[in-house]
Amino acid sequence: MEAGAELNRLRWRCTRRAMLEMDILLGSFLDKHYAGLTPEQAAVFVALADMEDLELWPLITGKRECENSLQAEVVAMLRNVKVK
Amino acid sequence: MSKITIPVRKFDAVIVGAGGAGLRAAIQLSEAGLKTAVLSKVFPTRSHTVAAQGGVSASLGNSEEDHWHWHMYDTVKGSDWLGDQDAIEYMCRKAPEAVVELEHFGMPFDRTDEGKIYQRPFGGHMSNFGEKPVRRACAAADRTGHAMLHALYQRNVRANTQFFVEWMALDLIRDAEGQVLGVIALEMETGDVVAFHAKATIFATGGAGRIYYSSTNAFINTGDGLGMAARAGIALEDMEFWQFHPTGVAGAGVLITEGVRGEGGILRNSDNERFMERYAPNAKDLASRDVVSRAMVTEINEGRGCGPHKDFVLLDITHLDPATIMKRLPGIREISIQFAGIDPIKAPIPVVPTCHYQMGGIPTNYHGQAVNPDGSTIKGFYAAGECACASVHGANRLGTNSLLDLLVFGKSSGDSVIEAINADPKGLKELPADFADRTLARLNRLNTQKGGASVNETRLEMQRTMQKHCGVFRFKDMLVEGVSKICDIEKAVHLTEIGDKSQTWNTARVEALELDNLIEVAKSTMVSAEARKESRGAHVRDDAPDTAANPNGRDDEVWLKHSLWHREGNRLSYKPVNLKPLSVETIALKTRAY
Ligand SMILES: Cc1cc2nc3c(=O)[nH]c(=O)nc-3n(C[C@H](O)[C@H](O)[C@H](O)COP(=O)(O)OP(=O)(O)OC[C@H]3O[C@@H](n4cnc5c(N)ncnc54)[C@H](O)[C@@H]3O)c2cc1C
Repeated sequence: MEAGAELNRLRWRCTRRAMLEMDILLGSFLDKHYAGLTPEQAAVFVALADMEDLELWPLITGKRECENSLQAEVVAMLRNVKVK
Repeated sequence: MSKITIPVRKFDAVIVGAGGAGLRAAIQLSEAGLKTAVLSKVFPTRSHTVAAQGGVSASLGNSEEDHWHWHMYDTVKGSDWLGDQDAIEYMCRKAPEAVVELEHFGMPFDRTDEGKIYQRPFGGHMSNFGEKPVRRACAAADRTGHAMLHALYQRNVRANTQFFVEWMALDLIRDAEGQVLGVIALEMETGDVVAFHAKATIFATGGAGRIYYSSTNAFINTGDGLGMAARAGIALEDMEFWQFHPTGVAGAGVLITEGVRGEGGILRNSDNERFMERYAPNAKDLASRDVVSRAMVTEINEGRGCGPHKDFVLLDITHLDPATIMKRLPGIREISIQFAGIDPIKAPIPVVPTCHYQMGGIPTNYHGQAVNPDGSTIKGFYAAGECACASVHGANRLGTNSLLDLLVFGKSSGDSVIEAINADPKGLKELPADFADRTLARLNRLNTQKGGASVNETRLEMQRTMQKHCGVFRFKDMLVEGVSKICDIEKAVHLTEIGDKSQTWNTARVEALELDNLIEVAKSTMVSAEARKESRGAHVRDDAPDTAANPNGRDDEVWLKHSLWHREGNRLSYKPVNLKPLSVETIALKTRAY
């Protein structure tokens, strides 16, 4: 798939989610930070975006522990994204 | 004869939408052996039903005595008597069975010590015809919608339902006699446009809360089913009725649950005044949703809003013990920090009344069959869930009745399809030659448009206009002006321009197509609201105040009727409310007071 199409697919999966909270958070992150991620971080973000909202939200709020330090790094960035 | 053709796939039935309503309908069809296609813009368990936390109502009577007739009474009263009493009786009677069925599908309901489904109290649920609160809401912790969707999805997988994920339905196919013969849909991954030709089409496309600037609804709620129905010449019912939730985070819209005020949260204006004491001296901050929302808007309109633009009020829990907040309201702390940038232990949360639920929609009867203005059925067409108007919610929905609506009418629409297909074993009726023309013209227009409006800006303009002119509290002049503004915005929508013309994953195109649907919903809402010159349920007008002759501003003499908005000619007609239940006596008109 072309890079543009790939990014659009990711955009759809970030902004057409089950919960408004996640639309806002992942959508803002995509706009503001995605382009600056390392390839490894980007892969982790794509995997996070593929998770269901009720699995992802506890990671963001710290209720559930991340699987590894790379995931923790991306989740921390996600948690700190400014949505306002 | 049309020159362009598109691929055609044939099914017994096609369902658009894989939320609670669509999945419940699909179970009926697939288990009956019908070849069923379910289309969804997202993977089924990402549908917005996931967001429902509060629960689903049913008079199981597990914790204390309860009866479907009491549930029915509460629903009629909640609807401010605009709900159809045949449909309401049907839903409330079927509720226990629907919930038990869901349990058998594997729904992990909370349980009592004896192992029965646990039930909790919820606003508006009363025993003995409004006497005292009763525990009627069934829940699975705070993830009721999520658990429900998973249970329904698994059951569908077992029944071999065929899913078309990340497909967007674009238009209904209707022939010259008005019969519905399926839908035309776009596969996002390929950009292919395909016809789904079917004996029956069920719409379960959910709500359209994104017509408002401030909404608790996820971005997916763009009212596609309503847009498609309107373009196919089907009138939309009671579109002026939208439920607003008093406490959405200002700016983001994210919902702050009623529980916060239950735990002692207080609403304050820019003078730091607890203003609800003036509006509802007894219930104060715990008054019903509409009362609190109106009070908030009045404060803002009279210049006592907070912030640089004086456009929100504050929800204060700083006086509560931090330990209580952490224990009883943990999710709320996280939401405020994330979406308002505020730790509610230290500072109050900025909130505004926020659009939450659409009571109106595609007119149906309680069998889930779509109906014409005269009550006759539209052959081949069915609808269920938030996109449909049965009408059980009337002018105002009772909390937890929506999940129930999905289960009951999802199932009844499925049963109606099975019955219709069995009664008419003939094959598929042929597609008209020009069936795809309108849709292809719309797509072609988008591909070739030059010098048009931006989709984002036009959507924003529409959302701001709806919020300002047709919000929780409505004013005559604002509505009149709102109608003309929305008609102008509609012109821009028909001229939107997108930069990306690619085929694969063209999300710009999809968003433009969503806006085509949003504008139909926005226009029908504004026009219906301007025309209804009374206050009822969620529709409250400044020029229809509470008087002795018309308590709460409700005018049954003139306005005890359903609105029907017709896209063609942008006109309204009306039809009577069905006050006749199926088996019991009518629940007589009364002033709605709690
Ligand atoms: C924050 C929040 C909390 C709520 N809490 C409760 C509660 O506690 N109790 C309660 O009873 N109600 C609650 N509600 C209301 C209730 O959740 C919804 O009314 C209900 O879930 C709607 O279900 P649905 O099946 O009609 O639609 P949805 O679940 O919204 O599903 C719509 C489906 O249609 C698909 N779709 C839409 N357009 C197209 C298209 N063009 N092509 C293909 N597919 C399409 C989508 O992909 C999706 O699968 C809540 C609502 C919100 C916003």
